[in-house]
Amino acid sequence: MAKKIDVPFNGTKEQEEKLRAQLAQLKIEHDGKGLMIAALQRAQDIYGYLPEAVQQIIADELGVSLAEVYGVATFYAQFSLYPKGNYKIGVCLGTACYVKGSGDVYKKICDTLKIEGGQCTDDLRFSLDATRCIGCCGLAPVMTVNDDVYGKVTPEEVEGILAKYMN
Amino acid sequence: MVHLKINNIPVEVKEGSTILEAAKVAGINIPTLCYLKEINEIGACRVCVCEVKGARSLVAACVYPVNEGMEVFTNTEKVRKSRKTTLELLLSDHKKECLSCVRSTNCELQKLSNEYGCDENRFKGARTECEQDTSTSYLVRDNEKCILCRRCVAVCKHVQDVAVIAPARRGFNTHIACAFESDLADAPCVACGQCVAVCPTGALHEREEIDNVRDAINNPEKVVIVAAAPAVRAAIGEEFGYPIGTNTEGKMFTAMRMLGFDKVFDVNFGADLTILEEANELLDRVSNKGVLPMFTSCSPGWIRYVEYYYPELIPNLSSCKSPMQMCGAAIKTYWAQKEGIDPKNIYFVGIMPCTAKKFEKTRQNEAASGYPDVDAVLTTRELAKMIKTSGIIYNELPDGTFDNPLGEFTGAGVIFGATGGVMEAALRTAAEKITGKPLDNIDFKAVRGIKGIKEAEYDLNGTKVKVAVASGLTNAKKLCEKIKKGECDYTFVEVMCCPGGCVNGGGQPIQSAYVRRNTDLRSKRAKALYDEDKKSAIRKSHENEAVLKLYEEFFGAPGSHKAHEILHTSYVDRKKK
Repeated sequence: MAKKIDVPFNGTKEQEEKLRAQLAQLKIEHDGKGLMIAALQRAQDIYGYLPEAVQQIIADELGVSLAEVYGVATFYAQFSLYPKGNYKIGVCLGTACYVKGSGDVYKKICDTLKIEGGQCTDDLRFSLDATRCIGCCGLAPVMTVNDDVYGKVTPEEVEGILAKYMN
Repeated sequence: MVHLKINNIPVEVKEGSTILEAAKVAGINIPTLCYLKEINEIGACRVCVCEVKGARSLVAACVYPVNEGMEVFTNTEKVRKSRKTTLELLLSDHKKECLSCVRSTNCELQKLSNEYGCDENRFKGARTECEQDTSTSYLVRDNEKCILCRRCVAVCKHVQDVAVIAPARRGFNTHIACAFESDLADAPCVACGQCVAVCPTGALHEREEIDNVRDAINNPEKVVIVAAAPAVRAAIGEEFGYPIGTNTEGKMFTAMRMLGFDKVFDVNFGADLTILEEANELLDRVSNKGVLPMFTSCSPGWIRYVEYYYPELIPNLSSCKSPMQMCGAAIKTYWAQKEGIDPKNIYFVGIMPCTAKKFEKTRQNEAASGYPDVDAVLTTRELAKMIKTSGIIYNELPDGTFDNPLGEFTGAGVIFGATGGVMEAALRTAAEKITGKPLDNIDFKAVRGIKGIKEAEYDLNGTKVKVAVASGLTNAKKLCEKIKKGECDYTFVEVMCCPGGCVNGGGQPIQSAYVRRNTDLRSKRAKALYDEDKKSAIRKSHENEAVLKLYEEFFGAPGSHKAHEILHTSYVDRKKK
């Protein structure tokens, strides 16, 4: 299972107040029931992702356990447990890229940065996501770093590409 | 009432019944895996599927409600084929070490696979890979044997109200996890082991200590002493084929000797001792306006619950150690001195219906002699396993008895194993202390029975004593909330972490979901204890000769300075800030 990465949490007091106010409002609107997903969506809107401290607030406010909140947050693809890094890496795992070996590229990035898809490095420099087709199948396999696009990538080239963003 | 046919047999059942329940009325069993009556009714595993005339597809019998005129078929070729495929798919992602698995021959998946003639290698593909969680002293989680039935999750949430485990992620990556994949040791788990008791496979089991105990027995320098909790004698027979609720105490004592233990004492003795200390503490709190209500402190799962979830109520907890810890403390101080044995060389083993006891022995302030009060804790299941692997033919053993002096016990000590038992035992003693005369009737029946919360009020010589008894943490929570809000005026509250009390503890013999829904384990096992109490010559803790002698020779009086040092403990606020 995905190993937890400790990322510093920089939530502000204002964010927390905003979240608690929105949760209170939601509780009234939903009559106290079935509001977990809505609560997670609001929290992600405020913080950009759902770290443990934020999920704990939701658990306390909704009167459920942290394990249950975590269960829902990890079930839906729309929720992210980690912030996006300064450099957002995307690797296309669409059909064309995949048959051309993007799976190996993806794995090489995971191994190099010691993270999994959906996670970010503990210095917040890189985050990694698997993407769908980005529309340049002729260049398969394709990876992107922010707005830079790399085509016909091999696992051997991964370290060199990442090195460009190390400084 | 609703009329329907199951395999052409007409049956009449209550409206709202499920096909599973209706089939039972017709004398037909439908196999289940995820279903746990009233706890986990989610129709997820698809092992209970049946054909319903007119229905488009197979239906899950455990959740499908019956209709008037319905025709159900539970055993067609189509049904059998579907169940078999479902089982084979489960087996494709199961760590199949069945030969040596702790649950072999008592595994619901194994039993069904065998009945349906499954090919365990029919489907080959990706396998879930994860490490065992061995972070705690009491429990091991092995997700590679998990079939995702969610019975553990349901019991943790709905029965015990803590929900420290839940399904995480989705699809093939779905697994049962603590929040943020933390180890169980870092989660606010109360250690009750109810998840173990309901797990259909070997995915959850206690942390075994059998080898440590054998090493101690084989060590000539160690004096190895064993003592079993009240509830153990009411259930260990189940491991050897006795009907549920058979008290096999005599055979248990004999088997313990044959295993090589030097002394066979009894935690019932510790229970009687607990009552004297606890009754004294209660009377002290009442007369000196101490914190009330006072909570019992015998159940380590309950203690952990207060420490994690209601730390503001820690002052309400009795400072008395549990009967097991008192036993160990008395053995390593009083008895060691009496026998001239260095407590360093005493190895005390508690046999417990409980997994949380494996944690309790590691708590702070539980080493009165300078050495741990308790060295090892075996569950009822582990003791049975030890007996079996030692070649002892349990069923043919003659009845033995305990050793003196720390084995002697009263009926009051015996009923500690059932919900309400500690309360009743305490009332027998407290009442006579307050009134100064013997009770006419020592049966406090209002606190007996398996109801989740029981309340009673007694007038003891003008002193009104209002008591409450709860078992299962969902019920305990209701009491805690009432107490926090000041909505009640109880004097004394007994809480047992597991529903029904220790007889239904997480360390007891495991019964399948089928047995659990057709038999009331709690009442049957409790009855074995109440029967023993009834036929005991002495039924009040303060009349236990050995306990009285212990006070006379060693402690002085209940609540004395020495008793406090040796028999009392302290608690920790564990709430995450």
